[in-house]
Amino acid sequence: MRRQLPIFIVFIAGIFMIIQYFIPHQSFEFIYEYAMDWIIIIGIFAMLLGLWSLTRASVSKVQTKAPGWGFSVMTLFGLALMLFLGFYQGNKSIAEGTHFMDLFWYIYTPIQATMFSLLAFYIASAAYRAFKARTILATILLVTALIIMLRLIPLGPISGINQWLASWILTVPNMAAKRAIWIGVGLGATATCLKIIFGIERAYMGKD
Amino acid sequence: MRNNYSNQFLILLIIFIFFLFSLSNEIFAQADTLPPAPPTEVKAFDTPNDNGHSITVVWKLSLDDGSGKKNVMAYEILRSDSSTGEFIVRGMVVPGINSYLDRGAKEKEDKNYFPPHKNFYYKVRAKSLFNYSESGVVGPAQAYGQWFHTGKLPVFVGTLAFTIMVLTFINMARKGKEFYVRPLAGIEAVDEAIGRATEMGRPILYILGLGSAADIATIASFTILNRIAKKTAEHKTKILVPCNDPIVMSVAQETVRAGYLDAGRPDMYQEENIFYITSMQFAYVAAVNGIMLREQTATNFYLGKFYAESLILAETGSVAGSIQISGTDEIAQIPFFVAATDYTLIGEELYAASAYLGREPLLLGALKAQDLAKAIVMISLVLGALAASFHLDFFLKLFTVQM
Repeated sequence: MRRQLPIFIVFIAGIFMIIQYFIPHQSFEFIYEYAMDWIIIIGIFAMLLGLWSLTRASVSKVQTKAPGWGFSVMTLFGLALMLFLGFYQGNKSIAEGTHFMDLFWYIYTPIQATMFSLLAFYIASAAYRAFKARTILATILLVTALIIMLRLIPLGPISGINQWLASWILTVPNMAAKRAIWIGVGLGATATCLKIIFGIERAYMGKD
Repeated sequence: MRNNYSNQFLILLIIFIFFLFSLSNEIFAQADTLPPAPPTEVKAFDTPNDNGHSITVVWKLSLDDGSGKKNVMAYEILRSDSSTGEFIVRGMVVPGINSYLDRGAKEKEDKNYFPPHKNFYYKVRAKSLFNYSESGVVGPAQAYGQWFHTGKLPVFVGTLAFTIMVLTFINMARKGKEFYVRPLAGIEAVDEAIGRATEMGRPILYILGLGSAADIATIASFTILNRIAKKTAEHKTKILVPCNDPIVMSVAQETVRAGYLDAGRPDMYQEENIFYITSMQFAYVAAVNGIMLREQTATNFYLGKFYAESLILAETGSVAGSIQISGTDEIAQIPFFVAATDYTLIGEELYAASAYLGREPLLLGALKAQDLAKAIVMISLVLGALAASFHLDFFLKLFTVQM
């Protein structure tokens, strides 16, 4: 029963989700939205699980003085501070000018932007490796990338040709490859859904 | 002297502009004292393929819209509960448009609630600047929800056909038919990657991406995680699974535990190795990068839904000298993974990976159904290109989907 019940629930929920896509009637719309609300509610309660997991892992690292345990201290401090400020100021904590929002805007957001900015350097190092013309395919990739990158730069008399070529690359071979991947993804996703709905693939459920 | 001339010129210019303005007003006023010709052939009917809270109104354009007096400025759509009752304006469209979707809210508490199964009457008003003319009243029309979206019929037929194919191939596999599946380099490398981690005595890092537990890519990643956890348990190698979503973490814990049980090593399972970090994208990336560099993970798996963080993760792993296997269905991230990781599962290969790793006949059966479906899609594409070239519209309509 412990195995059959989840599979039965997955089957009913999966079949409903397929059917509701084809039925626009408001009664099905209502059940769909109701189910979506449940996902949000479950997500909020699951956040407590996440908090517990993060706290346990961080405390364990500090206790055992694992490598980098100082970061765990900062994590726990940040977590406690934000929780305190959030609860202390209640609903008002998300208003502009509160300590909670100040920490968010002036500490968290710049750190996040810094992390995102690292992407520029990583793109350069990845491109250096990818564009090494060691094989014919890598050379084609290099030339194609050069054409695409140079399309935004004025190149005098060859600017028009380059733009036409770049446009052709993006709309013909590139688009064809993307669509091929999309079709494959669509079929793969549908097959995966069917395997789960019919209980053929059940690894995600764990074991008794 | 020069200033005097300038002032005179300015005064003359103002008088001229004033004269032109008066003249144009006179012309417009004359044209607009006459009402435009009314819209004709007005029809109001339930909007097809909707949830039952709208009525579509169509009409034939006024004769003065774009031709004749050319004085139609807008069309107003009016609605009433009865043919003789008070009509209220429901909406307005610009000249040249001959339809209007009178849509309302589905919640009864909403001010704009549109009740289904209730009679409504409509008329359309053609407006000029100072005058208007109205069509006759049409109705009654009722809104009601449909039980099948006819515009999605091609999708329904395709889904049904594909489901039948998947079930047929699975049934064939169940009866013992063996299927050949082409090898995937990324999957073939899994054993080698786990073996390397075992030899080096370092952990394996498995990233499920930023997707929720409801994303198909994440679900596919769970099934791969299960197979990899089983192998790591067999090799007695530590696996770390930092998660970005608490629900994903819960499912991942169960999945890894199941893998350890399958390997007959439940004693080795450590729940604290599958942990939650944060739901914030770049905070998560920073934490995972830190884990890679501190733990010196020998092998990194990135399988699931990835966005801008894909390259930051993969490049850090590359700097740390880890073997990296990636896979995602996010097309924009595939080039980054191809450039920065050793093996990449492209799109559907991510979904196929669990079948490859498990080698279970039933799962391989579903793979063969996918191959057949792809062959059908390819044939349809060629036929579609030919039909479009020769204007065979009936063939194209077979595949046209209306949302």
